[in-house]
Order: sequence, then C-alpha cells, then structure tokens
Amino acid sequence: MPEPVIAIAAPEHRATRDARHDRLFAGLLKACAFLVLAALLGAAFATLWGGREAFDTFGWRFLTSAAWDPGSQEYGALVPVYGTLATSAIALLIAVPVSFGIALYLSEVAPRWLRTPVASAIELLAGIPSIIYGMWGLFVFAPFFAEHIKPWLTTYLGNNPDDGNPSWVAGHVPFIGKMFASDYPFGASILTAGIVLAIMIIPFISSVMREVFQTVPTRLKESAYALGSSTWEVSWDIVLPYTRSAVIGGIFLGLGRALGETMAVTFVLGNAMDLSASLLDPGASIASTIANQFSEAVGLQKSALMALAFLLFVVTFVVLLIARLMLRRLASREGR
Amino acid sequence: MDALYLRRRLTNALALVLSTAATLVGLAFLAWILWETLRQGIAALDLKLFTKITAYGDQGGLANAMVGSLIINVVGIAIATPVGVLAGTWLAEYANRTRLGETIRFLNDILLSAPSIVMGLFVYTIIVLPSTALSDGNTTFSGFAGGVALALIALPVIVRTTDEMLRLVPSTLREAALSLGVPQWKLTSQILLRAARSGIVTGVLLALARISGETAPLLFTAFGNNFMTLDPMDKMSSLPQVIYQYANDPGEAMHALAWAGAFVVTLFVLLLSLASRLLFTRKVSHD
Amino acid sequence: MTSRSMNAALALAPSMAPPVAEPKLKVRDLHFHYDGFHALKNIGMDIPESQVTAIIGPSGCGKSTLLRIFNRIYAIYPKLKATGSIELDGENILDPRYSMNRLRSKVGMVFQKPVPFPMTIFENVAYGIRHHERLSRADLEARVEQALRAAALWDEAKDKLKANALGLSGGQQQRLCIARAIALKPEVLLLDEPTSALDPIATGRIEQLIEELKSQFTIVIVTHNMQQAARVSDRTAFMYLGELVEFDETEKIFTKPGKKQTEDYITGRFG
Repeated sequence: MPEPVIAIAAPEHRATRDARHDRLFAGLLKACAFLVLAALLGAAFATLWGGREAFDTFGWRFLTSAAWDPGSQEYGALVPVYGTLATSAIALLIAVPVSFGIALYLSEVAPRWLRTPVASAIELLAGIPSIIYGMWGLFVFAPFFAEHIKPWLTTYLGNNPDDGNPSWVAGHVPFIGKMFASDYPFGASILTAGIVLAIMIIPFISSVMREVFQTVPTRLKESAYALGSSTWEVSWDIVLPYTRSAVIGGIFLGLGRALGETMAVTFVLGNAMDLSASLLDPGASIASTIANQFSEAVGLQKSALMALAFLLFVVTFVVLLIARLMLRRLASREGR
Repeated sequence: MDALYLRRRLTNALALVLSTAATLVGLAFLAWILWETLRQGIAALDLKLFTKITAYGDQGGLANAMVGSLIINVVGIAIATPVGVLAGTWLAEYANRTRLGETIRFLNDILLSAPSIVMGLFVYTIIVLPSTALSDGNTTFSGFAGGVALALIALPVIVRTTDEMLRLVPSTLREAALSLGVPQWKLTSQILLRAARSGIVTGVLLALARISGETAPLLFTAFGNNFMTLDPMDKMSSLPQVIYQYANDPGEAMHALAWAGAFVVTLFVLLLSLASRLLFTRKVSHD
Repeated sequence: MTSRSMNAALALAPSMAPPVAEPKLKVRDLHFHYDGFHALKNIGMDIPESQVTAIIGPSGCGKSTLLRIFNRIYAIYPKLKATGSIELDGENILDPRYSMNRLRSKVGMVFQKPVPFPMTIFENVAYGIRHHERLSRADLEARVEQALRAAALWDEAKDKLKANALGLSGGQQQRLCIARAIALKPEVLLLDEPTSALDPIATGRIEQLIEELKSQFTIVIVTHNMQQAARVSDRTAFMYLGELVEFDETEKIFTKPGKKQTEDYITGRFG
C-alpha cells in the first residue's frame, strides 16, 4: 500500500502552496472591490480636473451667475442648477404621495392575489430605459400637455398672457401668477420635465416603500387593529412612523435618480439657458446642458460643462449618501 | 360619538380610494408609454431597419446601430462581469462585517445610482482624451470607450447581486468544504460561486438590461458612426444614441425610425428582465 | 518529521496495536471562549480508537462546540478561542503549527444537515480526494466507488454518478456526505447530529452504516437522541453547561449512571 506515504508527504508542500494561492486570490478580489472606490473617486477627480479652468476663471461667481454665453465666454451654473433642482422638486412633489399611495395599496389595500402582478407591473416601469421616457415625453406627453393641461393652468392659476391680469387664484396667492404664466406655445417646460421625472422615479420610491412597509411586524399592526383602528390609521399612525427613516431614504434615492437623469429630461425641458420664474417656460438642467453642448464645446465652455458635472456628482453623492444611511438604519434595526 | 366614527370612516374610505387611484395612475402611465412605443414602433418596423445603415438617413435603417449596441454591450458586460463577480465575492466572503467591507458595500450602493452622464465624462477623461493625445489631436471616440462607460454602470449591479447571492449560500456548505481541507480560494471559486451561479447570472442579465438602454454615457465615448464598423477602436453608433439623434431631428421619417429603434430597445430590455425574473424564481422554488 | 514517520509506521501496521488501546484523541484542560462567553470548561477525555463515542446533553451544553474543535472548523469564524490541548496520536492539533491540511485529511466531518456540493454525485466524492492526492482517472474512480460502497450508497448511485447530487433524497445526500468524508481515508470521523434532519428509515440506514464503519474509523457522534446514542455507541459522554459531567461505557451510562445529573437527563427528569 504505497498510498499513505504520498498522502502524508504531500500536505506540507500543499499547505504553503494553498496559503500562497489563498493570498493571491484574496488580493485579486480585494483589488476588484477597490475598483468600485476608484470609479467613484475617479469620476469626482476627472470632472473636478476638467472643470478647473472654469472654477479658476469664475470662482464662486460660477455658482451665482445666470449667464451662459459662448460669445462673451461667460459661464455660470445658476440656470442649469435651478433647472435641476426645480424639476427634481416637482418630481418629488408628485412622486412621493403617489408612491405612498401605491405602496399602501400594495401592502394593505389590494386583495392578496392582485399584489404580486400589480407590483411587478409597477416595477416594469423602472425597467424601461430613460430614453423611452424621453421620446414618449417629447412626442406624446409634451403635445398633450401643451394642448390640454397648460391652457388650463395658465387660465386658472397664472397671469393672463394677453393682458397680464391675474386669475382668481393668482390674485389671492402670491407668486402663483408668475409661476404659471407663459406665452410660449410649446409643451416643453420645467413642469413637463418634472412630471416625466416623477413617472420615472415613482417605481423606485414605491418599491422601497413597499419593501419597508412589509418589515413592520404583524403583531404591531394587529394590536392596532385590535384597538379598532382603520386601515388608514394603522398605516399613518403605526406603519409610517415605524418605517420613517427608510421611507425618507427611499425618497432620497428617488431624488438622487431625478437629479442625475439625463435623457428623460433633455427631450422635454426645452433647453433654454434663461432663468424664468414660470414653471411653464423651457429651461435647462445640468445633465441636459452637458448632453446638448459637450460634443461641440471647446475651451472654457467644455471646462464649464465639466465643472457642472462635478457639481452634479457632488450633490447626487450627498443625496444618495443620506438615502443609504437612512435605509440602513431600518436594516440594522431589523437585524436585531 | 357618531360624528367621530363617521369622520374616521370617511377619512379611511377616502385614503383607500386615493391609494387605489394612485396605483391606477401608475399603471395608466405604464400602459400609455408601452402602448405608444408598441404602436409607433410596430408601424415603423421594416426589413430595412436590419439591413440598411444610418448613412442613408430617412431612407436607411439601423443595422449599424444595432451591431454597435451589441458590440458595446458585450464589451461592457465582458469587463463588468469578472470584476463585479470578484468584487462581490470579496464583499461577501472576505470582508463581510469588516469596516472596510461595509464601506465598499455602501459606496457600491451609491455608485448604483450615480448619474450615468458623469460616468460618461469620466471615461471621456481617462480614455478618449489620452487616446486623442496619442493620435496627434484627432479626437478618438471609440466603441471600446463606450463599453468601459457601460461597464462602470453595470459593475455595481453585478457586485451587489453577487454579494447578496453569496450571502444566501448556507455557511454549512463552507464548513463542509473546509472540513475536507479544501483551501478558501478553491471553496470560493469552485463551490460557493457555483452554488450561487443562477443568482449571479440573474444579476448579469439585470445589468445588461440596465445598460442596453443607456444613452448619456455613450454620447462622449462611443459618439456615433453612420457607417457599419466592427472595430471597437473606431467611433461606433448605438441604438439609444441614434434614437436620441433622430428624435431631435425635424424630419417625420426620422421620428418613425427613432420609434422603431425605441421599440427594439424596449422589447430587448423587457425580455431580459423577464428572463432574469424567470431564472431567479426557478432557483428559489428549487430550494 | 520523526513523529510523522512514526505515524506512518503505525498506520501501516494496525495489527500491531496494543490490546489496551492508546487513546486516539486525548483532550486535556480544554477551554473554549467566544464573545466573552466561557462555552467549554476544563474538558478532559480520552477517545478510544476504532470505537464509537457519543456525546449527549441538552441543547446549548457545548457538545457540538466540542466536536467542532476536533477538526478546528471553528477557526473559520473570528473571535473564537480554544486553549488546552487535544492530542491526535500524540500530537497537539491545537498547536498553530499543526497543518490544517493534515488535520482535515485525518479528521473528517459530517454535518447536521446534508450539504452536497452543487456538482455531480461523482464530483462530490472526488472533489476532496483531488485536493489531497494526485490520482489517475482509474484510481480516482476506484476510490469514489470504494467510498460510495462504504457509505452504502453505491447500489443506488452507480447509475447516476453524473447526475446532480441535489437530486438525491435527504438520506441519500447524507450518505453521500459520509462517502465524501471517508473518501479521504480519515482516521477520525466526526458526526454532528447526522440524522436530525432525516426520517426514521433513513436514520436507521445511517445508524447501520455507523456500525459498519467503526472497524475502520474512530467515530465521534454528537446526538440529541439518547436512544441513538444507546444504539450506536460504545462509550458515551454526558455534557451539561459546558462541562463534561460523565464519560463512561455506554451501557453503564444508561443503566447505572454515576452522577445525579446524568441520571436525571437519561430518565427525562431534566430541567
């Protein structure tokens, strides 16, 4: 029986070889994991480096100036920053209550057999590429908006474009008149972009909300029902407070998406580098400005676009950081 | 007493009606978007889409864009899959519950929703600019650069699913292999990854679905090309980029082509997510 | 190196083993801590060669923990610490210099739930062998067959060696895991509640198998099932709250235990 000799002699060499292979393997894995870090840092540094000329030239004025003029080489971030924030804010304003409604419906209201198919359908919305939202927005929704929604808004909320007289609402609520005044005949506007963005982020926010609602212990809900609470009261008084931080996390996640979205917005924003108080006027966002101008830009303009990208990256990074921290808080409680 | 009950019941009824309405609104928009894509896309379907290239404009097709999309996506997935699987394995098997591992996992989640246009500019800076400098100032956009940009978007998806799937593998499997004296690297690469295989494939399919519709990161990397090319070092067109270009064109015939492209992309993406869903439920039901 | 050649000599000459067997495993002053919890306290026991030793006790008494120290599988988790000594054929396996490869090729383990690798039946058994020895295809096939036969699985598996192991029944999977462990020709076989996930018929087959295997291996089995311990083992250890209360011949433990605690546990008057 020669076998045992081999079996006993082999392990020592093998042990050192295994240890070496283990170290190599772990090192390779770790290097790959660090590429994630490298991608984030790289994106930040690349845009900062690309935007250094603009930051050097304009300093803090870059953030406060509304100028964007390739002729005089004056560039400021105010218009695209405002457009990004305004469209995202509108998107959240619409998407948050709708998403909450959907999550409530799917976790408490709908009959059980209907929940999975409806949830899958809503999640299907999240899978549609953003350029499809953009096309639909450009060819279908913007004309619809111009024809049916915009006239109604200007008539009942805005200042009359012909004589400048305020509508009844505008006469009673400050700023409303200016926000909904427009003599621009097309559908592309900050409001349109906000609505399209809202449709895009609804599936993200609602699926996070639905998931976290399902983490609420049944006994907690049951004890509230046992006191005679209604479905709405259980949801509003028990489920929502219990999941608050994760719900906010989900909302911030949606905000992060909205801020950085390019294609859905570029088609329906109108790409006007002007600052307007009206939500019905066209505007520009950071992402849409970059998408529209970068390939033809040279020199300082290119640098200004890179600087915009840096701003966008930093803002979305912070928003997503908050989102993940909020979401993690619930996860850690669940773990306990 | 009665008034209180009545008000509570009314509030409840109103809330339930509104939540149902919200769901209906969501579904209505889904139906609207899919319906328009289907209707306009099918109306514009034509054999020339697949045989002619974009150089012919409204008389042409999308053949070069489809081939370009295919090549760019393959490059993206080919880069992101090994890197993502290895990185996800590190998170799950080597750095789980360590501070460094938690940090990278956290940053990966952020990368997952980072703005894709910034990723495009990043790749523009690290690949297009240097290769431009190397070729005497001729701007050298390339399908390869586009693939790298898409890889950056696919990477966090694959990292995350690999990480999650490996953490679902029961630790008894690790113990069983280690009790045979199998070293960690063999255990990880030959047993654990195999056990998590279908979940990881799901992740790769999801990543592919995610990048197939991406437009923004391709604009300044692959750029576009009206002619057919198979050379990944050449400028290359892709379906989303052509859709973007054609939709912004004033010509009606171009719009029809854009809708046809949108239809193809949407169909592809939805089929992919369907496939990944089927794969995953099959795995779960087996357990 | 001397001790290794001595081992080799011993392994080659089993017939020369003295009538009063030197213990295969000699546990001395063994303590085990995790997260500040003192899980095993001052354990000392001699596990005889070619016999079945059962470890019983209420859940949480440390019986599985003890078993998992015998092949140092606990070492894959952080913050666990074992002190004292466990000698396998006279060498302390808790010594960090004791090669993990060598230990694991000498001490095999079968777990509570069957854990087949996601591979074919053949590969499941061949996988561990390949790691320790370089065999020709024919030799490898012979070893796999030998292991499957020893685990009483050959007749059921011989026609589907290329089939995925996950397709086997629970009892078959567990016998496959036993085959996988004994294919490495270990000297000690650790069984951690090997039948707790199985039905009575599958359990019966495994118990029969243990009986057959004990001529070739030193077997240590942890079980929560006292009847099982009584049926399969030669010696039984009773543990309680991390301490070894009593360790004696099985017959004695179950008929006239020396300690009150043991008697209470055996007769079900516990807690």
